[in-house]
Amino acid sequence: MSTQTSGADAIRPARALDTASEARLVWLRFGRHKLAVLGLAIVALLYLMAIFAEMAAPFDPDHSNARLVFHPPQAIHLIDHDDDGWHLRPTVIPYRLARDKVTLAATYVQDGEHHTRLRFFVHGDPYRLWTLIPMDIHLIGPAEPGQTMFLFGADRQGRDVLSRIIYGARASLSIGLLGVANSLLLGIVFGGLSGYFGGRVDWFVQRTIEFIISLPTIPIWLALAAALPKDMSPLVKYFCITVIISLIGWTELARVVRGRFLALRSESFVTAAMLDGCSRRRIIFRHMLPALTSHIIASVTLAIPAMILAETALSFLGVGLQPPAISWGALLKEAQNVESIAAAPWLLLPGAAVALTVLALNFLGDGLRDAADPHGH
Amino acid sequence: MDTDQHDTPPVLEVRGLSTHFLLRAMTLKAVDDVSFTLHPGRILCIVGESGSGKSITARSLLQIVSPPGRIVAGQVLYRATPDAAPVDIAQLPARGPAMRALRGHDIAMVFQEPMTSLSPIHKIGWQIAEGLVAHGMMTRKQALARAVDLLRQVEIPNPEQAAEKFPFEFSGGMRQRAMIAMALACNPRVLIADEPTTALDVTTQAEILRLIRRLQVEQGLAVLFITHDMGVVAQIADDVLVMYHGRVVEAAPVSDLFANPRHSYTIRLLEAAQKLGMAAPPARAAVQPGPRLLEVRDVMLTYPAQGSLFRKTVQPAPTLQGISFDLHEGENLGIVGESGSGKTTLGNCIIRVLQPSAGSIRYTRRDGTVEDLAALDRDALRAARREIRMIVQDPFASLNPRMTVEQCIGEPLLVNGILQGQALRDRVAQLLTMVGLPGDIGSRYPHAFSGGQRQRIVIARALALDPRLIIADEATSALDVTLRGQILDLLLELQPRLGLSFLFISHDLGVIRYFCNRVAVMHRGRIVEIGPTEQICTAPREAYTQRLLAAVPEATPQRRTLVSV
Repeated sequence: MSTQTSGADAIRPARALDTASEARLVWLRFGRHKLAVLGLAIVALLYLMAIFAEMAAPFDPDHSNARLVFHPPQAIHLIDHDDDGWHLRPTVIPYRLARDKVTLAATYVQDGEHHTRLRFFVHGDPYRLWTLIPMDIHLIGPAEPGQTMFLFGADRQGRDVLSRIIYGARASLSIGLLGVANSLLLGIVFGGLSGYFGGRVDWFVQRTIEFIISLPTIPIWLALAAALPKDMSPLVKYFCITVIISLIGWTELARVVRGRFLALRSESFVTAAMLDGCSRRRIIFRHMLPALTSHIIASVTLAIPAMILAETALSFLGVGLQPPAISWGALLKEAQNVESIAAAPWLLLPGAAVALTVLALNFLGDGLRDAADPHGH
Repeated sequence: MDTDQHDTPPVLEVRGLSTHFLLRAMTLKAVDDVSFTLHPGRILCIVGESGSGKSITARSLLQIVSPPGRIVAGQVLYRATPDAAPVDIAQLPARGPAMRALRGHDIAMVFQEPMTSLSPIHKIGWQIAEGLVAHGMMTRKQALARAVDLLRQVEIPNPEQAAEKFPFEFSGGMRQRAMIAMALACNPRVLIADEPTTALDVTTQAEILRLIRRLQVEQGLAVLFITHDMGVVAQIADDVLVMYHGRVVEAAPVSDLFANPRHSYTIRLLEAAQKLGMAAPPARAAVQPGPRLLEVRDVMLTYPAQGSLFRKTVQPAPTLQGISFDLHEGENLGIVGESGSGKTTLGNCIIRVLQPSAGSIRYTRRDGTVEDLAALDRDALRAARREIRMIVQDPFASLNPRMTVEQCIGEPLLVNGILQGQALRDRVAQLLTMVGLPGDIGSRYPHAFSGGQRQRIVIARALALDPRLIIADEATSALDVTLRGQILDLLLELQPRLGLSFLFISHDLGVIRYFCNRVAVMHRGRIVEIGPTEQICTAPREAYTQRLLAAVPEATPQRRTLVSV
């Protein structure tokens, strides 16, 4: 009789992976998912851009100019030539407003003679970073103050669309995060209660969720948003909209949490923990919640796009954030009539920003979900 | 393998078959240079432990290996008739019409899990008939008539009615019969059976083995039978192929293999099987039982009636119907029974994962006080569970994947406030050494260990609190046979040192016979017979026990008690 393991079942020497925690394994699996890593990079860039919106935007988003209404987008040229010869430096070719002699219609024509040179970290419109630090550095802009640059064109008040999109990211992306945080809180509390206690509690929570899901979303949002007083400050209104959006979103998360709780409750390692003498609290927090986190992170990532789309829809319909507040939905409101789209199709660019964000978050969420649960499919 | 002894040419000839899994970091040689021949009217068993490549070999023959697995070398020569020119199946495109025509029509396969291999939404009769219609052999009506005929052949009672039923209305054994009927529908020449009885109870297994043998003789089938169980091999095989790590280590006719195994792995496999077989001497025959530890009286468990708005409330049959037995100190009591007999439920009632509906479980504590486990409150229960521990079947699921081995083993000591810090780490290292593992592996996670090693970790965790009674619920069932013996020996070695008693729950009579000195046979929630292991195994009184014993496949090919032709 031997207590040593036989040759076939020998302990192998320690490898790096043997001491890798579950979180690290999830991360390694995530790294293999190329599209998800790309999604993560894009999402990270977008959120960085939103955090440093004042610096990332070339101009003040409210800086209007009646003479530059619907200025078309300009392409960046890397090679420039002047009397001294050719140079490798980014420039844009400015436009001049000209009137057709017959129809008197205003059109923009390229002015090939004076190129606007661009530089990184230029001094431009002054701002207060996070409303605190006075600064005037912009990531990119025309080298000479007073010159203009419209990479994404200008809107009907001559404001830079790119700067407005970058500022809009701040509201749209943060509503996504805050809304999900709200949803998550509600989802974990109700889903956890439902999954852990089961029985009557579960029945009641599930029926409530089903009722909420059965409500037609947009009319409810409209009604709730319309009920907000008109004279609310933009900040308060912003929080109210967040809460309204997350009131619907928590149900999905609650279901995910409940499902995982139910599945975990019957796992043998949870039973083993109970038999080891663990308290109920320790079982939930030490054994069950860690097993849930990766799934929760994945679900949350997949829930953010829904929040962003909801905010866009509300603002587009005119009941979400209202000008002067800037969000992607509020910007898209400008593109509500066919004439302005025909005159200035670049007004739809905030929609492209929404699509990019939503896609990137979905790739990221899918990758996280696959990494957290490699046997899920 | 020697082909001269067969007068007919082989129906299937495999030469140098290699199926590799091309993974990111490495190539896994799941099947490596495997050769064998299949003859009509003979059963070839491929035997090996989990991961030996036996299933992948079978799947390669039909080209249904899931990616990234791929046949990288070798030939699979199939002869449709003895005179026909052989076709190399390995060269056919996996999704091509030629391969599809062979599958099911010439070579049919039966899988391990009959529930997942049958479509839940189609009637049994149609599922059998479908292949016939798909291969263009019959009209729908003829095929359905043939399905009924096939169900009769596989000994399903009332085949006309059975054809109209859905898979969920069938028991496990009936479903496997239906699967076999489906496989036989097109009159194949080769039947591949991949662990067809592993998911079944031992009595059902005996019936299915008998059925396969009968059909094979009647229809002159060539059968490739895959199993991990040397007992099944001894009962059913004509020829045997032993696989280990993707390679064939030994091939011989069954009687030769059992009489003179040549390869060291075959010898190890046979020794392990015979140690836990019914002929070997049990490890613990004579035991002087100490004072009474556990007194179980009339334990009942009835699940609450399930009623709803639209369904009438049905009073379910109780899962446990008045269980009574005693367990003495130093004794190993085995609980044996088939699935659904209530043996796991009984274990869960004693440790109060489940609350028995009636009866008493009187436990004598270390200090001599006697308490009724069935009536304890939360705190008292926690104290009692320090003396009564449990080991469950699945070593993969019972360790928290997010905790290191040290945290897993140390947890009961920590949460009961017994040890912490360096003292805890030292004790964990000591426990690891006790169960035959190096003491310095505490910082690794469970995923770094094999099944046998994990079960040792689970045992270390059970021993951490210095228990007196261990309830082992199918503790060795998930392990390969060579490891099974090692784990049992480990427990037997620790038993006198630590003063342990065991309640050992298993479906495997061989394991129970080896490990326990007393055994209780459970059937439909009752103990039908209880007594010393030797007496139960050699002179059972109850008809059910006799049936159970008769169905155990013995690892001696000379005594084919299950399959007589």
